[in-house]
Amino acid sequence: MAHKRLLGLATVAILAAGACSSSATPVPTTAPTTAPTTATAPTTAPTTAGKPYISIVSKGFQHQFWQAVKKGAEDEAAKEGATVNFIGPNTESDVQPQLDMLSAELAKKPAALCFAALDSKAAGPTLQKFQDAKIPVIAFDSGVDSTIPLTTVSTDNVAAAALAADKMAAAIGGSGKVGVIIHDQTSRTGIDRGTGFLNEMKAKYPNITIIGPQYGGGDVAKSADLAKSMIAANPDIKGFFGGNEGSIEGVINAVTELHKNGKLTLIGYDSGQPQLDAINGGTELGAITQNPIGIGAQCVVYAMKAISGGTGFPAHVDTGFMWYDKTNINDPTIQAVLYK
Amino acid sequence: MSKAPGLPIPAGRSGAVIRADFFQRFLAFGALIALILFFQVWCVLIGTNFLTFENFVNILVATAVVGILALGETFVIITGGIDLSVGTVMTISMVMTAVAITSQHLPVPVGILIGVLTGGVMGLANGLLIARLRIAPFIATLGILNVARGLSLVITQTRPIYFAGDNGFQSGVMGNLFGVKISGEFGIPNIAIIMFVAALFAAFILGKTVLGRYTFALGSNEEAARLSGVNVANWKVLVYTVCGLFAGLAGVLTGARLGSAQPATGFGYELVAVSAVVIGGTSLSGGEGTILGTVIGAFIVYVLTYGLQFVNVAQEWQIVVTGAVLIVAVYIDNLRRRQRA
Repeated sequence: MAHKRLLGLATVAILAAGACSSSATPVPTTAPTTAPTTATAPTTAPTTAGKPYISIVSKGFQHQFWQAVKKGAEDEAAKEGATVNFIGPNTESDVQPQLDMLSAELAKKPAALCFAALDSKAAGPTLQKFQDAKIPVIAFDSGVDSTIPLTTVSTDNVAAAALAADKMAAAIGGSGKVGVIIHDQTSRTGIDRGTGFLNEMKAKYPNITIIGPQYGGGDVAKSADLAKSMIAANPDIKGFFGGNEGSIEGVINAVTELHKNGKLTLIGYDSGQPQLDAINGGTELGAITQNPIGIGAQCVVYAMKAISGGTGFPAHVDTGFMWYDKTNINDPTIQAVLYK
Repeated sequence: MSKAPGLPIPAGRSGAVIRADFFQRFLAFGALIALILFFQVWCVLIGTNFLTFENFVNILVATAVVGILALGETFVIITGGIDLSVGTVMTISMVMTAVAITSQHLPVPVGILIGVLTGGVMGLANGLLIARLRIAPFIATLGILNVARGLSLVITQTRPIYFAGDNGFQSGVMGNLFGVKISGEFGIPNIAIIMFVAALFAAFILGKTVLGRYTFALGSNEEAARLSGVNVANWKVLVYTVCGLFAGLAGVLTGARLGSAQPATGFGYELVAVSAVVIGGTSLSGGEGTILGTVIGAFIVYVLTYGLQFVNVAQEWQIVVTGAVLIVAVYIDNLRRRQRA
């Protein structure tokens, strides 16, 4: 008996410890890493009286990009009087844990779901249950390949990558070799950024030769190795386009290790401290930034619209993108969407 | 389940074994109940309800796959070894099933068999590396972890393979036996029934067969087993093969649940499986453990994971709590052992 009591007590104690420490924080669902200025959305209970509860199941929660989406959603929810719970699996290969998260959220009977699928088809049957329960679904980021979502809130990555191509062509004088390193050829964002950049080059700049694209999985070390081998094979290469944060950081590392800082034109995507440093220091020309805070905010806006019985949803909500470089990196509009 | 009374082979396993088993089950089971009640109290405080049939079903589904991985892992850990490859062996089994059914157009049952056997082959490789080439289990299975992980990506060219349409595979695994619905849309999902049947089967092997007895013998005192004429190497190979077969089954079920073979998934599952086994009272130093304990351990892990999400605890804290519970569970198990000694 003593054993049982001991274990029982210990279990409860440890859980209580976890619970206390989390409820001691004003916002249990806000990560310690989010900016201290985050509005304190009361997200303690699944069903706070009177306030609609919106579940946001993301593709991750640890990366700063997702934390920015979360902040945008929580700020908007505070404004509109809603409660949000932002969650996502530990890694982007955790397809199965993401389904478990969806099921748990469904059991809480949310007023709406915002969802970024790791694998649309795998999530299909679970998403169907949301529709059966008449819970409106808003897709975001990479979207959901299904007719269930009322709308998809994301960046127009094809147009954004085309803008990167224009900037590259202008910087290298419309001719020469450009290396392209993308995170993968399977995700929606990987496909759109790769084809957006390549098609723009093909259509407008016939004198530019594309080397690649090569795929580095968004891994800094792997992307750096790819960039080095591309430079070794093409000593006359003039620049690189990196399709996401990890890809361009890899290129920056490669260029730094080869002591070619400033000699090549580098164009990246998103932000993050190493990239911001490279742009300020002159190693990188500039980058495309999405608007993760806007993605989070628009998710909540459209979820609220669906909850209040709104109709006439656009198929796609473009949250926009911006070009930033040394000249405008400190503009308030740019600073608002950059993350470190 | 593991008791084999009257069988003299493992030294020091007589009446005390039954008592130990009793405590082990009692402890783990008590902890599981305490955990569920704890979440219920929490839910009541925030104005909701944890004890719903829907939550029960969700936890069953979430537990099933890792539960099955943990069954095989229990055998290996009782021998005093460890198998780090179960997660990615699960993945390659899922991939092989998908290849068989989609690109080779083989019938579904054949595809399932190929998946399970793929797991067995990987387990056999683990066993041969450990028993024949004398490579430490930690290293051998770490190697196979990466071999399986890489091969899954190579075979699929890093893309998921989708099962075209529903050929009875997905609905069979995720549906309910005879379509019986207990509450609203929910019945006991077949994937959970499969886990329980697999657990009964594992308990039978461990408790009633020669393989089970030698599994304990290897973990209690390998040298003594060898001296009493047991072909230690062969039995060890068999134990790892059995573990691989369970991983293969888990792979087939994961494929059915996801409607696809996801080549990048699976890495990391091995540590959850080991946690479940250890929380269930199986000793990492070998010679001791039960299947019932493992099943309860797996449920403790997933009740915790699901419950913390259900009450909206921040994710970063969920990870901290899960780690702390593992440590507490093992510490209490140690206390029990020390008292007995």
